[in-house]
Amino acid sequence: MVAGLTKGERQLALLISIAVAFIGLAMAGAGQGGAFGVHGFIVMAFGIGTIFVVISGYFLPEPGDERLAQYYDDPIKFGIVVSMVWAVFGMFIGDWVAWLLAYPEMTFDAGWASFGRLRPVHTTAVIFGFVGNALIATSFQVVQRTSRARLPDQLSPWFVLIGYNLFCVIAVSGYFMGLTQSKEYAEPEWYADLWLVVVWVVYFLLYLRTLMRRREPHIYVANWYYLAFILVVAILHIVNNLAVPISFGHAKSYSAFSGVQDAMTQWWYGHNAVAFFLTAGFLAMLYYYLPKRAGRPIYSYRMSIVGFWGITFFYMWVGSHHLHYTALPLWVQNLGMTFSLMLLVPSWIAAANALLTLNGAWHKVRTDATLRFMMVAAVF
Amino acid sequence: MSFDHGMLVGFAKSYGLFYLLGLSVAVLIYTYWPSNRARFDRAAKSVLNDEDGPWQ
Ligand code: HEM
Repeated sequence: MVAGLTKGERQLALLISIAVAFIGLAMAGAGQGGAFGVHGFIVMAFGIGTIFVVISGYFLPEPGDERLAQYYDDPIKFGIVVSMVWAVFGMFIGDWVAWLLAYPEMTFDAGWASFGRLRPVHTTAVIFGFVGNALIATSFQVVQRTSRARLPDQLSPWFVLIGYNLFCVIAVSGYFMGLTQSKEYAEPEWYADLWLVVVWVVYFLLYLRTLMRRREPHIYVANWYYLAFILVVAILHIVNNLAVPISFGHAKSYSAFSGVQDAMTQWWYGHNAVAFFLTAGFLAMLYYYLPKRAGRPIYSYRMSIVGFWGITFFYMWVGSHHLHYTALPLWVQNLGMTFSLMLLVPSWIAAANALLTLNGAWHKVRTDATLRFMMVAAVF
Repeated sequence: MSFDHGMLVGFAKSYGLFYLLGLSVAVLIYTYWPSNRARFDRAAKSVLNDEDGPWQ
């Protein structure tokens, strides 16, 4: 981990860790024993932990220039492992929540074990923990290979992954303590949201910097999907989470929106969070890993481009279908419904493209478990 | 000039429609422009063989 960083990067990593630890300390002090203070201690522990990691590898020999002839894959492996850990945790809680549906009284009379707190723990752990880490890690692999370029530096991919997981930990631990903005998939409070903005901007810049170093003249379509995922999630996250905290030493905040505007903003966010996390990001994976595994180029590259613009532009308008028969003006509800139906076209384009790519490689599908999973995923 | 609900609806129903139509046409022209074919074919095949590391 630290062995791959240059001297300057190790110093910067140390500096960032120390800064994070001090921010945690300040939060712990300002929180005065409340939930915000507990989060302060978690942030501080996280910072101190990374300080130790950096120091433990600080005096290792620096990586030589021969590293530049290889892709930088260490953070990718880390991201996949962390993603699997979140998967185990998230699905364990999913199971727990499912039992709660059958036996609602199974809460030991404790606040943290109530359905309302554990349910977001499940959704956040699987969507942000499991899926998010998988998307970030695979995006690093795909962008390097399709660009034939190495990530521009060694520190920012680690910052993105570790910082992102700090966000996930703050989010999940907050729900146990009853902290929430009451917005589905956007439950974390203002300070976690602010931290995610920092992490996400570094991620976006890292992706762009890698693309700028590319040797391949054309940007492969998988990267378009990853970029849409990064950019749109940034926009959604910032707008939906606009809020005013009651004080800088308290976790609670009030949204900038109210009433039906609040509902519409939330579901514009909520639906697109699913769209650009679980659809665009996974299509990015599909357009890279499926041809790769099948050993055949994508059936129609042109169809993938048409599908891309279809998905990105139709998806943006469908959020209002979460608010049918509410106070939302009828024309906005109709708009959401119509665009939802139109969205069938690009979804089927992507599915057809995937299946037609496999046409001619069915013998591989028969024997290759990975390809089988991909095929079933495409069918669904 | 006040910016009210009616104006917003009017804007969405007129400009929004033509914006989407224009965008679709632009995307289709780009996608099916004959000279782009070679680039796309090359990109599609290129990913199959990319494990030899970055090009220096
Ligand atoms: C062992 C596997 C899993 C179990 C037992 C499980 C169980 C549950 C339960 C009981 C709920 C709450 C349903 C309700 O409130 O009525 C739920 C919601 C949800 N789960 Fe899972 N889950 C599992 C895996 C996953 C995975 C892998 C994902 C995504 C990657 C996922 C995403 C979600 C989402 C997004 C919701 C919220 C749905 C909504 O609000 O409409 N779950 N799950």
